This record gives sequence, C-alpha cells and structure tokens, in this order.
Amino acid sequence: MTAGVDDTASRIRALARARARVAALLTATMIAIYFGFILLIAFNRELLARLVVPGLSLGILLGALVIVASWLLTWVYVRWCNTHYDAQMRDLGAARR
Amino acid sequence: MNPQTAQTAQTAIGQPNALAMVFFFLFIAVTLGITWWAARRTRTTEQFYAAGRTISPAQNGFALAGDYMSAASFLGIAGLVSTSGFDGLIYSTGWLVGWPVVLFLIAEPLRNLGKYTFADVVALRLKQVPVRIAAAIGTLATVILYLIAQMVGAGGLIRLMFGLSYETAIIIVGAAMIAYVLFGGMIATTWVQIVKAVLLLGGAFILAMLVLARFGMNPAALFHAAAERYGQGVLAPGGLVSNPWDAISLGMALMFGTAGLPHILMRFFTVPDARAARTSVFYATGLIGFFDLMTFVLGFGAMVFIGPDAIRAVDRGGNMAAPLLAEFLGGTPFLGFIAAVAFATILAVVAGLTLAGASALSHDLWVNVVRGGRASGPEELRVARGATVVLGIVAVLLGITFKGQNVAFMVSLAFAIAASGNFPALLMAIFWRRFSTAGAVASIVTGTVGTLLLIWLSPTIQVDLLGHSSALFPLKNPALVTIPLSFAVGIVVSLMTGEPESDATYHEHERRMHLGEASAGD
Repeated sequence: MTAGVDDTASRIRALARARARVAALLTATMIAIYFGFILLIAFNRELLARLVVPGLSLGILLGALVIVASWLLTWVYVRWCNTHYDAQMRDLGAARR
Repeated sequence: MNPQTAQTAQTAIGQPNALAMVFFFLFIAVTLGITWWAARRTRTTEQFYAAGRTISPAQNGFALAGDYMSAASFLGIAGLVSTSGFDGLIYSTGWLVGWPVVLFLIAEPLRNLGKYTFADVVALRLKQVPVRIAAAIGTLATVILYLIAQMVGAGGLIRLMFGLSYETAIIIVGAAMIAYVLFGGMIATTWVQIVKAVLLLGGAFILAMLVLARFGMNPAALFHAAAERYGQGVLAPGGLVSNPWDAISLGMALMFGTAGLPHILMRFFTVPDARAARTSVFYATGLIGFFDLMTFVLGFGAMVFIGPDAIRAVDRGGNMAAPLLAEFLGGTPFLGFIAAVAFATILAVVAGLTLAGASALSHDLWVNVVRGGRASGPEELRVARGATVVLGIVAVLLGITFKGQNVAFMVSLAFAIAASGNFPALLMAIFWRRFSTAGAVASIVTGTVGTLLLIWLSPTIQVDLLGHSSALFPLKNPALVTIPLSFAVGIVVSLMTGEPESDATYHEHERRMHLGEASAGD
C-alpha cells in the first residue's frame, strides 16, 4: 500500500465526516424547530393565540414557517452536497482507482 | 354571496355521481394503460422492484409525494382543520418534518448500500437469516396496519361519494392495485403515483384558489372570517392537544416514522444514484409542503363556507369537508372531480404498500431466508408476483373484516412501528461499526412488539375502543418510549454480543456508502 492511497482514503473519510457533521447539524436544527413549535403549543397557548394581523395568529404563522423551514433546510443540504461534497468525492474516488 | 346558505348542506354526496364515475373510470383506464406499457418493461427483478433504476429525481419526487399524501392528509387534515381550526394544523406540519430527516440521515446511504429493500442495508454486514426475518416482521407490521387504514377508509369514502356498496368498493380497489403491481411492478406503481400526485396537487390547488378568490387572495382575510364566525379560539391551540407529552410523542412518531416507512424507503432504489436520491427528496419535500400549506386554506375555507356542524352531519369524522367545499364552490362537476381524485389517491397508496409488502415476502423472506440467497432472478420474480396476489387478497379481506371499525389510529400506529421498529435498526446499521446481528434483531423486535403492546395498553384502545374508564399506559402514541427503548436495546445487545465480521467489513461498506456502487468492486 502506498502513501498516496492512504492519503486518499483518509481524505475520503474526512470529507464523509464533514458531510455527517452538516447532516447532524441540519437534523438537530429540524428537531429544534419542530419540537420548539410543539412545546409552544403545549405550554404557551396564549402566545400562539396572539394576532400578528387580524386573522393571522402567531400560531398559524409559525406553523406555516415550520413547513417553509423544513423545505429550506433540504435546499441548504442539497446545495451544500451538490457544490462541495459531490465534486470532491468524485475526484477522490477517481484518484483511488 | 351568502355563506350561510350552505349551512343546510344541500349535497349530492352519497348519491351516485355520474361525473365522478366518469372521472374515476378515466383514471382507471389511464393507469391500466400505463400498466400495460410498463408490463413490457418488467422482465427482471431489478425492473419489478426498482423500475430498472431509471426514474429521474423529479419523477421520484412526485412519486414519493404521491406515496405519502394519502387520503388521510387530504380529507382527514382538511376535515380536522374545518372542525377544530388550529389543532388540525399540528398534523399538517407534523406530516412534513420527517422528510428532512429522511434526506439528511437515510436517503443517500440507503441508495448506495441497498438493492431493493431497506432490509438489504440492515442485513448488509450481519447474518442474513435472523436479520431478514426481523426486518420482514417490521415491514409487514407497518404495511398491513397502513393497508387496513387505507382500505377501510377507501370503502367508507367510496360508499359516501359514489353510492357503491362498501364491499364492492374494496374489491375494485383490491383488483386495480393487484393489476398495477402484478403486471407493471415498480414502473407502473411509480407512474400511478405520479399521475395521482399531479391530480391531487392540481385539485387541491384549484380548490384553494377558489376559496382565496372570495377573500381577495388573502389567507389572513379567510382566517379572520373563520374567527369572526366561530371565535378567536379557532386560530389558537385548543383541546385536541390536552397532554403535552402526547403531542411530543406523536411528533416523534411522525418525524422519525417517515424514515422507516418501507414503501417510501423502497423508492430510493428506483433512481440511478445517491445524488438523484438526494434531489428527489428536495422535490418531494417541496411538493408535500406546498400541499400542507393548501390544507390550511381548504380547512378554514370549509369552516367558513360549510360550517363544522354541517360537515359533521355528513360524516362524523369530518372527512367530507374538502368534497363539500368543492361542491359548494364548483358545483356537482367539481365534486365529481375531487371525489375521483380522493379515490385515485387511496388506490395509488395501497399499490405502493402492496409492492413494499410483496418485496419483503419475496426478496427478504423467500430468497434470503428460505433459499439462503441462492434463488434465480426468474424464480424471485415469480415469487414476488405470487406474494403480490396474496397480499392484495389479504388486504381486501382485512378491509372487509374491519368494516365499520374505527381504524384512524392505525396510520399513527404504523408510523410508530416504522419509527421504533425500522428506523433505529436502519440508522445503526448505516452509521455504527459495532452493530451486531443480535442487536439488530433485538432492536427491531423490541420496537415493533413494544409499540403494539403499548398501543394495546393505551387510551386509544382501552378507553376509546373498549370503553374502559382508564388505561395502563397514559400516552395515545408510544413513540416517546419505544424509540429510545429500541435504540437502547440495540446498543446494549450489540455491545454485549460483539460481532467481529460486522466490525471488520464496516470500512469496506463505508467506502461504498460514500462513493456508490462504482467503488464496490475494488
């Protein structure tokens, strides 16, 4: 086994770890957003009943924002992977062969 | 116009609706045409289970959304919002938040490591027989509970909307879904989902626009009208979530259950590579999120124009809110269209479930357990087709057996099993080097059996169904207990039993997980 192969293998692992970190961070964000919303429903109903404009309560607004935020998080992840992860992983995969 | 006129609910619902029939049989004709076309492209197991891995990310995004948006989300949530306001929206948001989790943790490794079923990935480094049996139990428990809920829903819905008898409706659904899966495999099932997703999103969008047009395209004006008539309470959390722990437990089942639903996971094998799997979740999340936002409008629209009492008068569960709204705003023709869309929705979902269940029976149990992995392609295909017919007939029989039962809880039960039986084992198989055969089996069995047991002891069964005054287990959904338990059992048993082969092959599989199949050979 040459040093070059070792180096590539460890760089693949480092890149995979970076992806795992991004994934873990985004998962934690999603959990925080959704369970934050659920906890507000459970423990602070008065706050969610407050009207932002007539008809639009804070609860409905935050509910819609949870949905929009979920989608934005998937966008952030796909964007990160497509611009950083894929290209580097492809180069490393080619280098290994 | 005067919304009060609808309060008397003059409705054609419950009478045979000629236009609904026309739309519905048009859908059947088109989808059977697709099946005929797909049948000629379904000659190998890879084509039968995974559509030859030729589905594009956008197509798979629509198909995932089609598999996921069941009648429960269209009729059920719109109904819940129309009768209880904000509380219904808790479900709307809950149904979506599992998708980012699927994307971040599961989709890509699953695509790179597996072949046809998620059990492929769980069993990858472990001993095939015990793990496949356990995973098939988890899969079949999820699929069958989900199927019962859909079949019973379909029977009731069709009786209400088309005036057909319950049994006739169930048999039509069963026959159509068997035809799709048996002859067209994953290719036909995928295209049925895509057609259904387009129809459902289109129908809901037109309906939402018709509602908003009456309020100057301003949702806040619609909510304001609802609050004026039924009090500010409809815009805030109410009594539906009385116990915070219940809300958290249900939230956990919804969030992690999506990542353990076999018919959803199976879709990631239909795309060419991990990048396509990733992109397809982005599309699916956007489509489902868009749909969830529309349920806000449909629910409050039905509340304002039809009224909660009139909705409950037609169907106690409130399921007819969206069809009633369609009839009020677009007349009988539009009702016919929406009714046909709702029927198509159920049909597509049961087809996806049947394919996932048949794969567990043929690929996991027959090929990898009974035949020790040594079955030929044509044999596996024959068994898969046989399993499809068996499962289709079982679904019809279960649908008839459970006629008139309250099965609404079975969907959340299926999510709870998926979240605590399937998801933990899958996650640990992907990311944890020291995961062992005994750990995997223990985790899946604990999650599945534990969920069933706690549901049995919960108020859902003991109080709501059996009429007892109290229940041994306080939560309606057990996920809060069973998800951590399943992880804990999997970890402890794995550490106690240590499996050198699993440990040793981890790095090899890790490489394949990151680089895809291209690297698997070297």
